[in-house]
Formats: sequence, structure tokens, C-alpha cells
Amino acid sequence: MEKTVAIELKGITKTFGEVVANKDVNLDVYRGEVLSILGENGSGKTTLMNMIAGIYFPDEGQIFIDGKEVVIKSPKDAFAHKIGMIHQHFKLVDVFSAADNIILGEKAPRFDMRAEVQRVKDEYAEENKRFEEYDESEHPGALAYLQKPKYHSNAQLNLKLMSLPFEEIGRKIKFNWLSRNRVKAVQSIANRFGFQIDLKKKIYDMSVSEKQTVEIIKVLYRGADILILDEPTAVLTPQEIEKLFDVIRNMRDSGKSIIIITHKLNEVMEISDRVAVLRKGEHIATVNTAETNEQELTEMMVGKKVSLNIDRTLPHDVVDRLIVKNLTAVDHEGVKVLNNISFEARSGEILGIAGIAGSGQRQLLEAIAGLYKVNEGEISYIDPFNNNEKVDLRSKTPVQIRELGVRLSFVPEDRLGMGLVGNMDLVDNMMLRSYRKGKSIFLDRKAPKILADKIVEELEVVTPSTHTAVRKLSGGNVQKVLVGREIAASPTVLMAAYPVRGLDINSSYTIYNLLNEQKEKGVAVIFVGEDLDVLIELCDRILVICAGQVTGIVEGRRAIKEQLGLLMTKTDVDENQISIDELTIKQETEQGGEEQ
Amino acid sequence: MKSVTGKPSKFDAFVDKLKKESPIHIAKRMDAPKWLPWVVRVSAVIVAIFVCAIVCVGEGGSFGGFFTELFRASFSTGRRVVNLLQEIAILLLIALAVTPAFKMKFWNIGAEGQVLMGALMSVVCIKYLGTYVTNGSMSDGGLIFICLIAAIVGGAGWAVIPAIFKAKWNTNETLFTLMMNYIATGIVAFSIVAWVPAGSFTLGILPQGHLPNVGGYPYIINIIVVAILVVLVWVYLRFSKHGYEISVVGESVNTARYIGVSVPKVIIRTMLLSGMLCGVAGWLLVNGASFSITTETVGGRGFTAILVSWLGQFNPFAMVVVAFLVAFLTKGGSQLASTYNFGGSFPKIMTGIFFFIFIACEFFVNYKLKFNFEHLRKEKNQNECVADDVIDVQAEDDNKNNDATESNMDEEVTD
Repeated sequence: MEKTVAIELKGITKTFGEVVANKDVNLDVYRGEVLSILGENGSGKTTLMNMIAGIYFPDEGQIFIDGKEVVIKSPKDAFAHKIGMIHQHFKLVDVFSAADNIILGEKAPRFDMRAEVQRVKDEYAEENKRFEEYDESEHPGALAYLQKPKYHSNAQLNLKLMSLPFEEIGRKIKFNWLSRNRVKAVQSIANRFGFQIDLKKKIYDMSVSEKQTVEIIKVLYRGADILILDEPTAVLTPQEIEKLFDVIRNMRDSGKSIIIITHKLNEVMEISDRVAVLRKGEHIATVNTAETNEQELTEMMVGKKVSLNIDRTLPHDVVDRLIVKNLTAVDHEGVKVLNNISFEARSGEILGIAGIAGSGQRQLLEAIAGLYKVNEGEISYIDPFNNNEKVDLRSKTPVQIRELGVRLSFVPEDRLGMGLVGNMDLVDNMMLRSYRKGKSIFLDRKAPKILADKIVEELEVVTPSTHTAVRKLSGGNVQKVLVGREIAASPTVLMAAYPVRGLDINSSYTIYNLLNEQKEKGVAVIFVGEDLDVLIELCDRILVICAGQVTGIVEGRRAIKEQLGLLMTKTDVDENQISIDELTIKQETEQGGEEQ
Repeated sequence: MKSVTGKPSKFDAFVDKLKKESPIHIAKRMDAPKWLPWVVRVSAVIVAIFVCAIVCVGEGGSFGGFFTELFRASFSTGRRVVNLLQEIAILLLIALAVTPAFKMKFWNIGAEGQVLMGALMSVVCIKYLGTYVTNGSMSDGGLIFICLIAAIVGGAGWAVIPAIFKAKWNTNETLFTLMMNYIATGIVAFSIVAWVPAGSFTLGILPQGHLPNVGGYPYIINIIVVAILVVLVWVYLRFSKHGYEISVVGESVNTARYIGVSVPKVIIRTMLLSGMLCGVAGWLLVNGASFSITTETVGGRGFTAILVSWLGQFNPFAMVVVAFLVAFLTKGGSQLASTYNFGGSFPKIMTGIFFFIFIACEFFVNYKLKFNFEHLRKEKNQNECVADDVIDVQAEDDNKNNDATESNMDEEVTD
């Protein structure tokens, strides 16, 4: 089958100040294909797509659609050219139903007054002409009389013309109010591509994957032929990803062009026909998926050979360090965000926490760190420097926890909003946790300065100086600063929430190695991750939570992705699982006691 | 403008291009050199003064007269210099007072009321303890000191109320502090009527509790006190642990929680400090300047100070410069108003123009305008190179047209 080019980019360049986001990018997208845009974070994938979707306007370069040059200045223009983008963060009205969200903002067809006037005039002239040419003798009978053309006087014509504005209002009212129920049309689109969705369901009742479905149908309903999906799988479970891929294949087969922005190699290999690799804003190559492999793509993406292996050593001297028992917490609306959670983190081990985003991971870590109010349960810390005495951490403030001699480090999910202060320089950020030391009312900036220099040197942080505001650093460097500071406090428990989110491959592996190093030093590491492949490769044990409940604790070396996916979406907790865990807790504590 | 031949002229192509691509792009400045913001701001000040001059000329003054009067108002005699410094000092002190709260992103717009309450407390002390000075059982210095303590308590008390509400129940501090201003004004008005129940309804000059003149000039002590406080506030914000906590809370409440800072405590503590400084300002206004009180004692400085603090980017030393400019223009405005009979609102017009242009210039500090004309012209020139048969005259014509559109566009933007 001869493939036709749907959209062609020529020499697209976009700069933000001094930063070149895209440089001279040439790219073709064919009809009926799935094209992956692959690249690390900050390589300009999203910027490039935003230019097609009308969110940014290119500084230089041309965009051709079906061979014709077009100018896309706004998302509206993009829709006019049948381009639709599904953003990473959904833009839906929570209190509306799916169908309402889909038809929201749809405009009545434009009422072109001049054309309408011409149409009425032509119609009347036509009718008058027919009236003049009409010969009654040729059409006898009563029926013919009814069909007889009528003569319209000028007055009638003018009256009709004067009523046109009212007709416009009437049509608008009809479109916006009287025939609002376009569920059928939406449903037919959903059926055609195999979406399973209840269009009458309200958005606030929907899961992330359902919301995404609504976004996709919305774009299709507007008649998009070219669909851009920005990191569509980031928030989905393996099962949901499978479903999404089925739908994408259906859309491809019906002749639509689908562009997927992603940095996950296995998904690229699975779904796409061709892969375009971007690196530092430049288009490196476009290759057929069938003719390449993951290693080659990584090399193109990073620009050099990288080993994608995390070496996981067998844990030794495993002792319980942090024991959480029956932890329950509610949010401000009284909904249980943590429900009867029990687990133990052991020294020299990495405990992974898997779950769909927003299943209570953040609250769990914050509860341990003394930042989230706990309603029931126990959090106890076994102090290795104090005869393994049990320290109760429940409902203590972070300061109290530190005063108890608990070396708890926490790398929060929100780096610049919680872990660091974006507008402060590296030195000031270093002392966030330690500035209170000493009785002086003045700050000591000497020690933090030394620490900052050390972190910059050891972790290879790229920064103009230690007096640069942290927010000006790239994501990977920000994370290095944060993790470096938390590790510098020589913790016995290290909690890290999504520590590699938004990081490029090299930085990610630096972070994994740092975590592994800590594990080998005997630190109990708790790692909240979203990439199941990484969790399985990195962690010794994986705790799966779903809607604030523990649905299973899996041995990292024996875990299977699909099994984790199932646990992540499990609604009722398996009683057996819990009891087994409790048994193991008992056994472990006994063992721990013997070892000491 | 269609060309006669019916072929679309270059001008038409140009207009088409304009329709497609907006001629002006607004781009954020990244990594601008450090001197650039200051060049922009200094030019904004110069532009503002020239606009004031134009307004003055339009009203019937003369250009040269404007500048002589402007500088004469502040610098012609020693007395005038001291007056200028006093104006700067009070404005600066109130700006210093609101700065810690602003750094914490606590929008305290109640400085007016806080200063007024401080002033009122000071007047209350003089009013009821003044007799002890007259009969010799208390020294004047003792009374002044008691006034200072009372004023600080008054200002801090008035400031801490919204802070407690914010810390405990997360009320909106902006509305709260604003409303507190009106209550403070009401209390002062009530007190004056209570003290002077008949006649002028104005409190005359109180005989006791005057800060002494130094070297024959009044206000010198005010100026010294504020000068010391500028340095102290700068040190507090920059080098103390409290100042560090204020910055962290201001940047992100979540970070503050994460490192174990008690946000309510910091809010209340900082507002206490803010109110105390306002109290000192009230004390200086009563004991060092007016020796009396009216509802207009603060005279809107509580609001002007907010602008001073912002435009000084919360840096006490930068605030000195801004306060100087505001005081200088106000003084100059009054002088011009009396010389040329412009009426009492002329200084306000001048400061208004100054603030308008000075704040507007921040746009150019943060953003730059990119004009597309260069790009378009370049393209046009390339076309001309290709087409040799284009007559030069026509090209010139086109250029004229282009210039016309350009200036039109500029006007649209300024509109």
C-alpha cells in the first residue's frame, strides 16, 4: 500500500530565550501509522508536538499538511487542520459527564450572513424563473397544483432577508439548547474504535485510564485525523496499557496518524511502526521499528553507549529498621487514604512501593516522616545506635523525630515544592534540614557551602556555581542535589518518592546506583516508583498498594509485571496475603533478635 | 491597496504575511545580563520625570522651571534637605515593617492602621502621663521611652490579630488587614472627639514627649533611628535563622513543613515584628514630628510603603532609593503646585506617573519584544534579488508602506 504523507515538518526551530528546544527538525508522518517520538526528558519532544498542536509557534520552519503549507497559531487552527493532542494532564470538567465533556465547546456551524443572503436570493430567483416558465397545461391534476411554483414579490424577498438574523439566533438556540443530546454520535465513535466507556458517567467517578479515554474520544469527535498522545502510558497499569494499545491499533487501521511521545523503550517497540529519535532538540533519525532494537534506540537517544543493567546485590545483615502496623489515615474530607497498612522496612534492603498514582504512596511516606496526621496504627523505628530500642514515631513532628536521634531521610515527590526551595541557591538549600544546629541566632553558611561543593563534585552536578538558584538547574541536577543532601545526613532509613521522575537515563541510573550504595551500607531504603520494570529490577521486595490498602508484598526477584499490575488494581484485599505477611514479620523479628 | 495591474502587489503579500504571523512576539528574557534590569529601571525613572515635566508644561509651567523647582524643593536649604530625609525615613520605616511579612507572602496591607494604632498609643501616654512630667515626677526622656513601648505594643497588637486568624483558620489576610485600617481610623477619630468634645475637634500640639532637636534641626533622631533599623532589618532577613525561615515559608509552605518549621509560629512571629516596626513609625510620627494625631497622620504612607517595599524587591537598601524617589517627587510636586497654582493633587499626579511607569518597566525587565519586521524585510530583499526587473522606485514605495504599517503597529501595541 502506497503511504501518503499526512504531516510534514521542515526545518522547525524553536528557542526559549537562550535555550534551543528544537533545532532544524524535519519529520514526516504518514497516514495510517503509529509514530513514536522518542527522547529523553528535555529533548524537545513535547515542544515539537506543541507546535503542531498550536500551543507554541515555531520560530522558523514550515509545517505541511497533505502537502500544503499551513500556519498553526492556536489549538483552534490545529483542530481546523484535524490535529488533536491529548495532553499528559487531562483537561476535563470534573462535575460533567463524559459526553458533556466531549461536546463541550463545540460551536454551532458558522452562519455566514452574506452567503445566506445570496442563497435566499438565488432560491427565490430560481423559483420565480420556474414560475415564469411553468406551463399549467403540461401538469394537469390536483397534485400538480400543489407542486406549482410560487411567485415571490420583492417585498416577500426583503421580508425573508430581514428575518435572516432571527434565523441565525434560532439555529444557535437549536444547536446549543434543543439538540444538546449528541450522545449517540459520540457513542458511535466510541464503538467504531472499540472504546469501552460509559458516557453518562461523571468525570470525578472515573479512573485515570477512563479519563484518558474521554480525552481521546473528544479529539476523535472533533474529527481529528492526526492524534498526538503525550506520554499516554505514564499513569496506566500494564492491563490498561494493553487496552490503550488495542485502541491505538484500531485507530491506525482506520487510517488515522498517531504520534506517541514517550521515553519507554519497550512500549515503543510494541506499538509503533516507526520511531523518530530526538536528542537535545535535534532530530537524530527516524527508523522502522522492525529494523531496530532497544539497545540501538537507547544509544541514539543518549548519544553514547549505556548499560541498562542495575546490579542488585543480595542483601546482607537484614534487620527490621522501621515497622509500620495497621496504619490508617484520613484526608480532610474524611476519606481513608491509608487503610490498615502494615509492613516493615529492613536494613540493607530496598523496599519498593508500587501502585497507581495517588493510591496513598505520598501519604504513607509523609505519615512516616511526621508530615501527615495518622489516625490509627503504629510506626516504630528500631534504633541501631541505642541497643535496638524501639522508638515510637507516630504523631511526631519532623523536628521531634530528629531530636529522638532517628536518622530518617526523605526525598519527597515534589522536589522544588517540598524538598528544595527553587529560588534559593545550592548553599541555602543544603542547610534546609540542618540550619537549626547551634545556639546562635545567625546562620552558619560555611558547613553548607562545603557540603554543596562536595555534592557538586561527587555527583557531578552541572551548575554554574553553588550560588545558582536551584530552579535554574535541570531536573536531573535538581534531584542530585536533593538526594545528595539527604544521603549526606548519613541516614538509617532513606525514603524516596518517584526519585527518577522526569530524569534522563543517565541521571536515573546515577540515582539507582546511589540507592544501591545506601542499601549496601545497611540503610533501609524505601523506594516509591512508577516504572514497574525498574521496581522489579531494583527492589528486594515490592509492596503493592491500591486505594490505600496493601494488596501484596512480592519478592523482587520473583515478581512478574502482570502480577503487580493485577495487585495494583485489586479492590478487595486478600485476607491470606495479610496473614502471611504478619507471619513473616514475626519470623523476621525473631531472626533479628537472634542475630543481635 | 491592490496594485493597478491586478497582480497582488508586494504590499499585499506583506499584509498577508502579517495576518499569518503576528509581527510582535513577546518572549521571556532568559539569562539577561545583570545590569540590564537596572538600565531599564533608571531609564524608567528618567522617562517618568520627563513625562511629569510634559504634564507641567501642558498645565502652563515651563520646562526649565519644572526642573529648578523640582530640585529647589528638596535641596535648596538645609531645612529642606532635613524635611526630605524625614519624609524618606518615615516611608522607609513603614516599608521595612511590611517587608518581612511580604517575604513570607503574607500580604499585610494594614500598615496604615498599624502605624496609626502605634501613634495613638503614644498620644494616649502623653495625654495621661504628661502631667507627671509637668509636676516633675517623671523625666521627659522617661515619658518618651514609655511612649515607645506603648506604640510598639499598639502596632504589634494590631498586626497580630490578622496573623492569629491566618495561622489558626487560614483567613484571607489581605481583606482582614485592609479592614483593620478602617477600624483603626475609627478609633482615632473617636478618641479625638472624646478628648476635644467641642470646638475645632482637633487635638492641638501636645506639650510633652518631644524628641529633642539635634544641631538645630528637627527630625534628626527620626532619621538616625530609621538608618539603624535599615541595617538591622537587612541583617535579620539575610543572616538570621528567623529570616531564613521567613524565606522558606514564603517560597513554599510544604517545604517549611517538610523541614519541621511551624508555619503558624513563623506567621505570628513575623507579623509581631512587622507590627512592632509599624509601632516605631507611629511613635516617630507623634513624638518626633507632629506631636499630635489626626486620622490623616499616616496619610496613605502605609499603602505607598507597600509599593516601596515591592519595587525595592524587599531589599532594604534598594528600598532607600525608591523611598528617596517617591519623597523627592512628592516634595517637588508640592513646590510646583504652589509655584504655578496647580492645586493640591499635583504631587499625587506626579507620584502616580512615577509609579505607573516604574511598575510598567518591570515588563521590559522580564520580557522582550521581538519584532518580525526584520525577518520579513530580509525575505523581501531576497525576493528582490531574484526578481531583477523590479524598479527601484517601486521598492522605495514599498518601504514607505512598510514603515507606515510598522508605525501603526507600534501604536496599536502602546494602546
